[in-house]
Amino acid sequence: MIINHPLLGPRDASEFSYLGDASLIDRPDPQAQDAAEQFHDYVYLRDNPAGEHRELWFHEHGDRSWLVVTRNTLTHEITRVELAKDVAIARGRSR
Amino acid sequence: MTQAFRLTKGGLVDRSQTLEFRFDSAAFNGHGGDTLASALLANGVRLVGRSFKYHRPRGVFSAGSEEPNALVELRRGARQEPNTRATMAELFGGLDARSQNYRGSLKYDLLAVNDLLSPFLSAGFYYKTFMWPKSFWEKLYEPAIRAAAGLGRLSREPDPDAYDKGYLHCDILIIGAGPSGLSAALTAGRAGVRVILADEDFRVGGRLNAETLGVNYMAGSDWADAARAELAAMDNVRILTRTTVFGAYDHGIYGAIERQTDHLPHGSGKPRQVLWRIYTKRAIVCAGATERSIAFSDNDRPGVMLAGAVRAYANRFAVGTGASVAIFTNNDTGWRTASDLSAKGISIAAIIDTRETSPLAAPRGAAVVMGGRVTGTKGRHGVRSITLASGQTIECDCLAISGGWSPNVHLTCHQRGRPQWKEDIAAFTPGGDLPVGMRVAGAARGTFSLQNCLADGRETAVEILEKFGLNPPADDSLTADEEATSISAFWHVREGKGRAFVDLQNDVTVKDIRLSHQEGFRSVEHLKRYTTLGMATDQGRTANVLGLAILAQASGKSIPETGTTIFRPPYTPVAIGAIAGRSRGKEFRPVRKTPGHRWAEENGADFVESGLWMRAQWFSREGDTHWRQSCDREVQQTRASVGICDVTTLGKIDIQGRDAAEFVNRVYSNGFAKLPVGKCRYGLMLREDGLVMDDGTTARLGENHFVMTTTTANASTVFKHLEFCRQCLWPGLDVHLISVTEQWAQAAVAGPNARKLLEQLLDPDHDISSDAFPFMACGEITVCGGVPARLFRISFSGELAYEIAVPARYGNSLMATLMKAGEEFGATPYGVEALNVMRIEKGHATGSELNGQTSARDLGLGRMMSEKKDYIGRVLSQREHLAREDGLKLVGFKPVDTAQELKAGAHFIAKGKEMTTENDEGWMTSVAWSPNLQTSIGLGFIERGDSRIGETVIAADPLRDKSTEVEICSPHFVDPEGERLRG
Amino acid sequence: MRYSGMKVFLEGLTGNRGWKPVWRDPDPKQEYDVVIVGGGGHGLSTAYYLAKEFGVRNVAVLEKGWLGSGNIGRNTTIIRSNYLLPGNQHFYELSMKLWEGLEQDFNYNAMVSQRSVINLYHSDSQRDAYARRGNAMRLAGVDADLLDRKQLRRICPFLDFENARFPVRGGLRQKRGGTARHDAVAWGYARGADSRGVDLIQNCEVTGFRIDAGLCTGVATTRGVISAKKVAVCVAGSSSRVMALAGMRLPIESHVLQAFVTEGLKPVIPGVLTYGAGHFYVSQSDKGGLVFGGDLDGYNTYAQRGNLPTVENVCEGGMAMMPMIGRARLLRSWGGVMDMSMDGSPFIDKTGVDGLYFNGGWCYGGFKATPASGYCYAHLIARDEPHPTAAQMRLDRSISGRMLDETGRGPQPNLH
Repeated sequence: MIINHPLLGPRDASEFSYLGDASLIDRPDPQAQDAAEQFHDYVYLRDNPAGEHRELWFHEHGDRSWLVVTRNTLTHEITRVELAKDVAIARGRSR
Repeated sequence: MTQAFRLTKGGLVDRSQTLEFRFDSAAFNGHGGDTLASALLANGVRLVGRSFKYHRPRGVFSAGSEEPNALVELRRGARQEPNTRATMAELFGGLDARSQNYRGSLKYDLLAVNDLLSPFLSAGFYYKTFMWPKSFWEKLYEPAIRAAAGLGRLSREPDPDAYDKGYLHCDILIIGAGPSGLSAALTAGRAGVRVILADEDFRVGGRLNAETLGVNYMAGSDWADAARAELAAMDNVRILTRTTVFGAYDHGIYGAIERQTDHLPHGSGKPRQVLWRIYTKRAIVCAGATERSIAFSDNDRPGVMLAGAVRAYANRFAVGTGASVAIFTNNDTGWRTASDLSAKGISIAAIIDTRETSPLAAPRGAAVVMGGRVTGTKGRHGVRSITLASGQTIECDCLAISGGWSPNVHLTCHQRGRPQWKEDIAAFTPGGDLPVGMRVAGAARGTFSLQNCLADGRETAVEILEKFGLNPPADDSLTADEEATSISAFWHVREGKGRAFVDLQNDVTVKDIRLSHQEGFRSVEHLKRYTTLGMATDQGRTANVLGLAILAQASGKSIPETGTTIFRPPYTPVAIGAIAGRSRGKEFRPVRKTPGHRWAEENGADFVESGLWMRAQWFSREGDTHWRQSCDREVQQTRASVGICDVTTLGKIDIQGRDAAEFVNRVYSNGFAKLPVGKCRYGLMLREDGLVMDDGTTARLGENHFVMTTTTANASTVFKHLEFCRQCLWPGLDVHLISVTEQWAQAAVAGPNARKLLEQLLDPDHDISSDAFPFMACGEITVCGGVPARLFRISFSGELAYEIAVPARYGNSLMATLMKAGEEFGATPYGVEALNVMRIEKGHATGSELNGQTSARDLGLGRMMSEKKDYIGRVLSQREHLAREDGLKLVGFKPVDTAQELKAGAHFIAKGKEMTTENDEGWMTSVAWSPNLQTSIGLGFIERGDSRIGETVIAADPLRDKSTEVEICSPHFVDPEGERLRG
Repeated sequence: MRYSGMKVFLEGLTGNRGWKPVWRDPDPKQEYDVVIVGGGGHGLSTAYYLAKEFGVRNVAVLEKGWLGSGNIGRNTTIIRSNYLLPGNQHFYELSMKLWEGLEQDFNYNAMVSQRSVINLYHSDSQRDAYARRGNAMRLAGVDADLLDRKQLRRICPFLDFENARFPVRGGLRQKRGGTARHDAVAWGYARGADSRGVDLIQNCEVTGFRIDAGLCTGVATTRGVISAKKVAVCVAGSSSRVMALAGMRLPIESHVLQAFVTEGLKPVIPGVLTYGAGHFYVSQSDKGGLVFGGDLDGYNTYAQRGNLPTVENVCEGGMAMMPMIGRARLLRSWGGVMDMSMDGSPFIDKTGVDGLYFNGGWCYGGFKATPASGYCYAHLIARDEPHPTAAQMRLDRSISGRMLDETGRGPQPNLH
């Protein structure tokens, strides 16, 4: 596979390592009343869709960017690649 | 030897070059340009192998990579190569091949008895028997089956050849250099785009070499040569012959194997094969089509061949496959075999066409039987005659069959594509869902006439060029000879008593397919799996469609209703060595060496793998007869005076930024926010699931500057994790990370004389007295007259100890300088064994304890889980099972009988209890011989261990037949109060 | 129809005309006591044991494709019970015991071949970890022995003992481990279930569950609605998709595992070997092909195919372990979609919906588990309580934190 890195252009997928669903960006609030339940679901449960999937890849043998790749799990077609940091900020994460 | 069947003229062989070769025990001659198969046929060798199941005599069946029968062992010794297709093995002088899969001799194979037993060996018979008595399967039945099965033999020696790998990039990859491939390549090449043209043959031209059809009023092979010359002159075109594109992978990446020296007597040091990963924008599959057989009684004898192959042998290799050839066909192309052979003076015994009429003319003297069917053949080791449905017998020594052509759709199926049936050509053609960027042209998509193939190749290239926004070159409109290709599907002759073979190599017959249907195995996949149809080394290339058609007949359905045949990579079998390339032996994985490696080497180190790193294990001295002597000496000298250990392999992560302290505080379970500048702290890192990920010491070098260390094993995991936290969880923190593991060489200096030793290196203005530089202090210093260094007063050994880091380029001299400075104290270098002994004596955890299954509480580090802050892993570490008080605890163990040696991996069982899982209380994680305590000691997890100090249990090691009574003790065997390290 | 050597002989004499279909091809009834969703190995073995051991015969198995079209026909056929953790150990040992009597039990030769499984080790710490595992096996009554380099060399002289980047130091062996003919396992169970009255319904895809007030009463399928007192899902590879129809999210990701087979070769490899310094395992089939595999490709996918870097990685492991295979040719590769769970261990459990049961999350380990999985799932379905050996294979184990993490790699499925 080839991942079109937003900063570096097309790169072979073997330069990257894979983590999983991009929902891992959404770490729950540890202060929440139901933090235990939220953290459990965050760590253990997955949508695991057949089709479009937003997922985290780490450019381990490259610039060390975490990327959010939108990829189809049936065809492996990649339709979007973003810097995970940008995605995280857009989802309201900050400090 | 004479080549009795070599035609006197014509062909693309080099008659000036005579090559001697051996097959079984006999010597033969062939010519340059021959394959082993063509050379054998030229010498009249018809029997070349035995079939898989019935051990039926078999001869060359095809002239290409689809060959099911003619498999040989090539070469000798460690280079012995089983199952090589004689049709693909290029002849060279000295080639040495042997037939395979028989017991006795090829001609008189004892296992041919299977053929007589065939009524009892029908499809899947083995699923119904060999079950009694139970123990006989492994002892009797299976060994017998295994010995009879298999084909060729591996040498059992390491493959002595080298293989390479490489990457290639192109705009258009053209797979197949037959007429459509050459036409596409010329069009694309002339337009200036980067083209790779690959073909499995050693000659470009494909069927043009095998036929007598002309292009542009030239012989087809001459035109192919001219096209090759033009393409070879273009800088933007690369031609790869002897190259099989074997797989279509995601995003336009193809795998290809180039056979570089297989056609030479010796590799002369060159790699045997090269694995190319070809990155393409577009690909055009011009892989042609494969002829298939017709099923009838005894259609498998040597001399029964594909009609197109018979033409190829005559036209390309100037070999007559018989003196008198009969032809059995259901389509027009079979007739061309008659005319081509006849033109070369070979007698045509008859043309038997299953169709009622054909517009084609037979060569003079050839009998024509329209609406005819061959119902049987005779000839023990080669066909001598055939019988027709009319009862007529025809003498012949070669029967050329054409059951039609199947497009080579393989690569189109490697992703999601499913071929579709086209009734007019009675064949499967590429379906939808082709791999992205892939197009198919020519016979591979069912375009069968030469003229149309040439046009299709060009048009496909033009369409791609237009997509690229380029102007296609002017049309040079190639003209080709006309050819007739019409077909009327015909699969199976019902008359006849013998077995009608569908899959020649696996001996799958029409009866087997019917039996499969009769027994309910009616999906194509069930058929394949039950009968083994298409599972042989040829992947059923000449058989699958025929088998499907017979299944369709049996179930009274049409072929498309019955199913389709799809293919998985590789297109043809690929040597494992080629896919592995250079990554084998010592080069399997890269070797990481610390900057001090050379010093260690020069000083008697024995090295051991630690991940990719090589670390000094111990340093032997003259007279040492056992590693333990070296290790004990290193431990004792360190504890008595001073020792030096290269600890560069620990992961080091430089953390900087205004929020560096906050960041470190969140990734460790214990507090770091208030760590003063100039201090180190031991940190415990959890995964988000609350279990321990790693540990290490982290130093605060400045207000906004930390240096974290990780264990050697987890260096990259921790770094990745920290980057995840930084970029994905807290993108607003002002913090940056970089791995500096390789930038800094680091050495531990441990022992009562550590300070004195170090003081000799320090530049004058640094004070490391205990007051100025107490335990857990750190700082940036200079040594040896201005060399920048970092000094950490931390101790893994439990002694007064420091770790000193210098830029990697000084790493080797650091070791030498430290040792020199230590001479007066009798300093010793120590390796990881001594390091391990000392850390066990101190009760420090490493990989065996931090195994990803343990919690901080298990490790006795529960107090390091801060309650004042959030950190990664906090919430889930509170889960019931992780928070329980009666769980495992890491403690120390001593044998009650101190002469006993402890073993890691033993399990703890209460005394007097049975050795069962239910009584299993934990296990020993690490053991060492403590030269200080003069006994074996261990660390281990045991239930409620911390409250059972003094109790004795059994360390059960049934695996090594050993049970040792051990006493549970504190894990701190040496200096439990920690006075030494504060000294 | 009972199979035997005599039957094969008699049929051979009479032209093999008397063989009957191994299973019927029934239309679905309107209602069953139990509907099993998924006609793979586990679904078929569940049906078999329900009918045979628990007397539940009004059962349908619904399969969207052909019987055995899931991972039962796409694996490397290894059977073993060399597990470390008590929560797994007894279960896999039950499976091994069932394997040992399977062929006589269902009267079908699945070619269960106990030619041993050897895990190579390359370092002291790896040896210690294997010693821990081997001893755990012995405590559980499972056979295990630790081979040193010399003993190993006698058994496998072809391993790279001289020139290896990671020297081979020994191995952990389970002699009772081995292989079985994967398709035949599915067919044997199918035949046994069918003959006991279970309806095996192919080309019937479940498109939804009928759930009323927290109770599952049946399934909607491409062949109409089928009512059932109990619905048991058993669709590893598609678990998330199917359970999403019931509104559930699972601790599972779908990943592809590639597998490979070479051309047929005369016998050369004894039993099953696994490499310890890279991910590679290999055995030799009765037909002579070397059957081998390695790591997952590593990304979520539902496509039954993988990519080249993984193929290279696997072959590199193979060549590093035994460089004699350089000239053996890879004949075919394929991919199976794995239910990769968060701790690498499976689930056999009830769900939050009454009457709806779940079996999945088998990761790499599904094939060897086929008999016990079916047996324990049948037990759960029939008695509404878990079989003791599968008592820890619960969906909620992550809530308490009592994980079944054999490798300690934590909640990242592609690392297991």
